Amino acid sequence: MKMLLGRKLGMTRLFKDDTVIPITVVQAGPCYVVQKKTPQVDGYSAVQLGFDGAKKLNKPLDGHFKKAQLKPLRFLREMRVHDENELTSYEVGQQIKVDLFQVGEKVDVIGWTKGRGFSGAMKRWGFSGGPRAHGAKFHRELGSLGQHTEPAKIFKGKKMPGRYGNERVTVHNLEVIKLDVENNLIALKGSVPGARGSLVLIRSPRKTRK
Amino acid sequence: MSMDNLVRIIEKDQYRELPDFRSGDTVRVHVKVVEGGKERTQVFEGIVISIRGSGLGKTFTVRKIASGGVGVERTFPYHAPVVQKVEVVRKTLSRRAKLYYIRDVKGKLKLKERKEKESKE
Repeated sequence: MKMLLGRKLGMTRLFKDDTVIPITVVQAGPCYVVQKKTPQVDGYSAVQLGFDGAKKLNKPLDGHFKKAQLKPLRFLREMRVHDENELTSYEVGQQIKVDLFQVGEKVDVIGWTKGRGFSGAMKRWGFSGGPRAHGAKFHRELGSLGQHTEPAKIFKGKKMPGRYGNERVTVHNLEVIKLDVENNLIALKGSVPGARGSLVLIRSPRKTRK
Repeated sequence: MSMDNLVRIIEKDQYRELPDFRSGDTVRVHVKVVEGGKERTQVFEGIVISIRGSGLGKTFTVRKIASGGVGVERTFPYHAPVVQKVEVVRKTLSRRAKLYYIRDVKGKLKLKERKEKESKE
């Protein structure tokens, strides 16, 4: 298991073999191991990673970083380690950089999507809506909500308008196209959830197709 | 460093310099074409009617009058390796950045429009 925290910078394209590849550039790391969680103490094994400098800290967090002998970091996220022995390969205070990944490798990317507020069923669920012209009186509504006397209710989970976006989304198996270790940049093929400047997690893939 | 500049760093080594040309100039664009597994170079000559975009997304549009008097326009990515070479055949002074109006200029008028332009050098 490998994981890095990063900041989404934006999208662009690269030329490769006479074709254009859409890429998302992420400033990934350097991350620091802030804490190692062990089954004996915490009940599970995990590595806590920190990313990006923080300015102001409360006292408990300040102590947490002092213990690890690290500068204050803004984001702390845990990486679960299922094999306890893997914990030994990490040390508190250790720096992890983008060269963790290789060009051509597949990765999963987790991000928090842009909040879209209270959205209708067309945007939120991809409903087709009605005709826009030709005298139609049905445009962006969601249509039927269900049957009549039987079952005489709207089923739970019916796709309706509501809050959309601002949720955690994982994109599986994005290819690493380019790395820039010096500037901590990683270029991933395709798009990544979230706004520019938002936090993303890059980790080794969970679902591999062979 | 701003986020945009960091994105530019990733793009940087794919940037390349083409000879300086502007809208209104006549250029010969050498394009790589792969046909039936064979590679060859095709030349497309015409007037540049638009240059748009920045970074690796920059493109330019070339318009020519093909046989039969049919106008043909092709848009090329400025930095794409498929565009092997660009020769500037004729430089002109254009008062517009986008010369979309020449699509509507009829044969005769078109000549007039060319005469209006003065040679830059």
